[in-house]
Amino acid sequence: MGSDNKFIVEGKLAENERIKGESNFLRGTIAQDLKDDLTGGFTADNFQLIRFHGMYQQDDRDIRAERAKQKLEPLQNVMLRARLPGGIISPDQWLAIDKFAADHSLYGSIRLTTRQTFQFHGVLKPQIKLMHQTLNKVGIDSIATAGDVNRNVLCTSNPVESAVHQEAYEWAKKISEHLLPKTRAYAEIWLDGEKVETTENEPILGNNYLPRKFKTTVVIPPHNDIDVHANDLNFVAIAENGKLIGFNVLVGGGLAMTHGDHSTYPRKADDFGFIPLDKTLDVAAAVVGTQRDWGNRVNRKNAKTKYTLERVGVENFKAEVESRAGIEFAQSRPYEFTSRGDRFGWVEGVDGKYHLTVFIENGRILDYPGKTLKTGCAEIAKVHTGDFRLTANQNLVIAGVPAEQKEQIESLAKAHGLISDGVSNQRLDSMACVSLPTCPLAMAEAERYLPDAVTEIEGLLAKHNVADRSIIFRVTGCPNGCGRAMLAEVGLVGKGPGKYNFHLGGDRQGTRIPKMYKENISEQEILAHLDELIGRWAKEGNQDEGFGDFLIRAKVIAPVVNSAKDFYA
Amino acid sequence: MSSKNNQALVPSAVINESQWQQINSAIAPLNNNQLTWMSGYLAGLAHQQSAGHVAVPASAAPVVEKQLTILFGSQTGNAKGVAQEFKEKAQHAGLKVNLHSMADYKAKQLKNETHLLIVVSTHGEGDAPDDAVELHEFVGSKKAPKLPELNFAVVGLGDSSYEFFCQTAKDFDARLEALGGKRITPRVDCDVDYETVTNAFFDQIAIQLKEEFAASQATVEPIAGSVNSTSLDAAKSEYSKKNPFTATLLESQKITGRDSVKDIRHIEISLEDSGIQYQPGDALGIWFTNDDALVSELLQLVGVDENESIEVGGDTLSIKQALIEKFELTLSYPTFVKSYLESAPNEKLQALFDDKAKLREYLADKQIVDIVADFPAKITAEQLARALRPITPRLYSIASSQAEVDDEVHLTVAMVEYDVNGNVRNGSASNFLGKRLEEGQELKVFVEHNNNFRLPENPETPVIMVGPGTGIAPFRSFMQQRAEDEADGKNWLFFGNPSFTQDFLYQTEWQRFVKDGVVDKVSLAFSRDQEQKIYVQHRILENGAELFDWLEQGAHFYVCGDATHMAKDVHDALLTVVQEHGGKSEEDAEAYLTEMRRGKRYQKDVY
Repeated sequence: MGSDNKFIVEGKLAENERIKGESNFLRGTIAQDLKDDLTGGFTADNFQLIRFHGMYQQDDRDIRAERAKQKLEPLQNVMLRARLPGGIISPDQWLAIDKFAADHSLYGSIRLTTRQTFQFHGVLKPQIKLMHQTLNKVGIDSIATAGDVNRNVLCTSNPVESAVHQEAYEWAKKISEHLLPKTRAYAEIWLDGEKVETTENEPILGNNYLPRKFKTTVVIPPHNDIDVHANDLNFVAIAENGKLIGFNVLVGGGLAMTHGDHSTYPRKADDFGFIPLDKTLDVAAAVVGTQRDWGNRVNRKNAKTKYTLERVGVENFKAEVESRAGIEFAQSRPYEFTSRGDRFGWVEGVDGKYHLTVFIENGRILDYPGKTLKTGCAEIAKVHTGDFRLTANQNLVIAGVPAEQKEQIESLAKAHGLISDGVSNQRLDSMACVSLPTCPLAMAEAERYLPDAVTEIEGLLAKHNVADRSIIFRVTGCPNGCGRAMLAEVGLVGKGPGKYNFHLGGDRQGTRIPKMYKENISEQEILAHLDELIGRWAKEGNQDEGFGDFLIRAKVIAPVVNSAKDFYA
Repeated sequence: MSSKNNQALVPSAVINESQWQQINSAIAPLNNNQLTWMSGYLAGLAHQQSAGHVAVPASAAPVVEKQLTILFGSQTGNAKGVAQEFKEKAQHAGLKVNLHSMADYKAKQLKNETHLLIVVSTHGEGDAPDDAVELHEFVGSKKAPKLPELNFAVVGLGDSSYEFFCQTAKDFDARLEALGGKRITPRVDCDVDYETVTNAFFDQIAIQLKEEFAASQATVEPIAGSVNSTSLDAAKSEYSKKNPFTATLLESQKITGRDSVKDIRHIEISLEDSGIQYQPGDALGIWFTNDDALVSELLQLVGVDENESIEVGGDTLSIKQALIEKFELTLSYPTFVKSYLESAPNEKLQALFDDKAKLREYLADKQIVDIVADFPAKITAEQLARALRPITPRLYSIASSQAEVDDEVHLTVAMVEYDVNGNVRNGSASNFLGKRLEEGQELKVFVEHNNNFRLPENPETPVIMVGPGTGIAPFRSFMQQRAEDEADGKNWLFFGNPSFTQDFLYQTEWQRFVKDGVVDKVSLAFSRDQEQKIYVQHRILENGAELFDWLEQGAHFYVCGDATHMAKDVHDALLTVVQEHGGKSEEDAEAYLTEMRRGKRYQKDVY
């Protein structure tokens, strides 16, 4: 394995490689830092290492300067991202999460994210262990939801095709478990687990872990709600007669880039071909292993799978995976993506249970004036006999409701503003990452800008008499791209306060990357451009022609076909 | 006293060793009275020499020269200030005067005194100030000697709103009498407006003593002209409480977070061109003015036109200006109620006044304006002014070291704000400093030295600092000084406040001190960060073994902050630590702490 040395990038290893290598399997000196009550933060390497345990050190950036004047350190805290393969939560788990957020986090919210999980924001150092122990009691952990590892595995939230979904979900869980770090560091540090004197080893991830973050999904066509092209490794569910038989494997998607660095770009995944179910874990491990050994450990900006594929060639990478997994990819089975959005409201599943999908703007579950979303979810959790499913679009499905409970759930949801009429299609098709004030990488507002931006766009649609139509609109606070703006029809990428790179030309299914139309422009300028372009779309667009498709056809913007060549062209 | 020891004490810069031996052999056979006389004789001799006189006339009769000993027991510096003032006044009148802090005074010396003036304050529930504790105990104990030769007078400083008003002074007064002493004049108990009272008292006692001393002997010649303070204390600045320096406010910065329940300010003041020197441990006196709006509110309530003029201490000014600058409005005191009742009789208020306990409780959270609002009456400007005390400056522990900040002085000031019957009331000086005074504006300040709160002279001596809340101020000063001195001694801070994220005063500076190796250990107690409230005393107990170890290594232990609860709780915790980890009985542990206090290793700056 990894014998093909010609594909290893030589040079001085990135600093993170030293950190991982010296971390004693992700322990570092985190335990000492927990005892240091002089600061709310983590020091040196530990700042990076806690990510492998599912946390980021953050601070309230709104008051950073104010606190410096007050001779106080930044309001340091951690954000925790839970590991929740497929995004399924039981009512008991929900109630535990709800209570912890209320009692022990600065923001008091449960944030549903594009990784189909939830995040706690603003947990102070003295509460971190309590947080992990609280989650552990209800069977949730946050192992490897960040850092250079395989992160939370997504799975299409598809409550209709329940049988296939159940199987797909089981695979998402199995893949997640299979690719987890084997170190006992998490249990030792956070759960006061016993220290076992063993020689540790990471057979799949490697003792230095992966060169960069790695994202995996299981997707059930025709829904592309999890955005396959944003992920390193995707298993496209292929069913026959309502039964899952195998997966098409898509490798090398990813949306992150770095402003001003043209060696970085968003890239779609390549289709390697079909595999039967029983090879799933082997193939997952082989893809991860190949990327582990061939990924660039010298330059982190070129370390993701997508760049490895470009550098070594798709065929070489694929052959290596075949050799490692002991398989040959078969011809891809046909499938089609037709949508990405969630289907709001009630649907009846094949098992006769009902599923209610509710829209959560920005995924932020909190009590707002007249919209007590958080209390509502908790009230539902108290009576709900099914489960909750978080979607990759940051919405919530109250799933598995028996017919006789439908009315009760609906009235609770209505009473707390979880179901509200009059939310426009435009709002439903809009999404933003967390960004300011908590995300340390944020360059511009995203979550806090989105509601107003959508209102403006609604106004433009109405102005041009297309109020019933919508545009996939996404805002992401930095080019890392958690908001998946690089698969939107209109994507904004934060550049500076109030300034964005303005991308156009994605499609509604998430299979085309939008190209930059204008660089570093203000919100007003963006709206002025949209005013003009929506006006043209309303007049010149074909029936049912998406905004992005129209812009390509009208040659307003060129399509991105091969990112490595034409994203910046 | 062995001669070996004496030799070790030769003040070589002044006299040589053979002179020293001659002196020692000459004084060896003398008794106490003779020694006392000698000291006065020599002092007079020295004074005459320095004043240009040639040696003492051979015919001078060796009579015992009478002298006055002034002892002060002072917590905040007021009693010390009063004592110093009287010393100058008495010297001016030609009396021979010795001035000592009670802490520095050997109790056994009492029986040699013929004229003694005690100036002592009282705190909390009748407690003696720290530097008076030992002498107070001694005088009250069976060990106290008979004092048939003693003529004495006692001045008490206190706050009449407390139940045990001037209790320490009362104790001294009663015991000195019981031991056989004769009063020169009856004890005087001064309230917060002590200055007017003490002045009259001193004038009287100075005249009385001068006559008495003159009757028995020739007095030392009065020092010509005004008291030359620089010759008395070389380090003393020309600026004082009476003659404050006009400084400039450089910065007023809130240093508690936006969600804090407290509003604490870091204040930076420029002393540029003043020549003022202060040391870590000193306090800064602030002359403040009263809030315009508060004054208007009060004048409206009593029905006085704010332009009406009034005479205060020889100056004529509007009543409004007088209330802003000259009178105490934010503390309330029984004398106001008394005087107000005379101008505006009121049955209910009279009943309250007659019940001391209820009155104290009532006055505790009231300002003058609140009393007037509760018992409204129209009175004249003169009646109002007569009822009010003169304004007194507030003292703040200095939070900086000049080694670090040169001609600046920093303070840590808590904004005092509370609700009285739905009205927001502010602390006077804190409000003046933190809210009304703008950066660049002037204010009058003076340094109040505090020799009872000093870093160890030995830079290697470990230091333990307990300073919750604004009590952290002098320790910032201490650490700036020790950092600048590159002192090797270990330093340990105990700090507490409601919450870590909002109230960790000077957090980034303490992080820097730790990183730079100046501070070795920080023990934090944030009371509201967990269900069970944790305070500094709990951290002291938790760290008992290590703390006792530090004490055994000679560590100095400092406490600054709240006197009513914290200082007591910390003392109890310390006592427990010494008992538990030193294997001592409670009595022995108390003795251990007394010994520390005597050795100036246990110092408090509490308020």
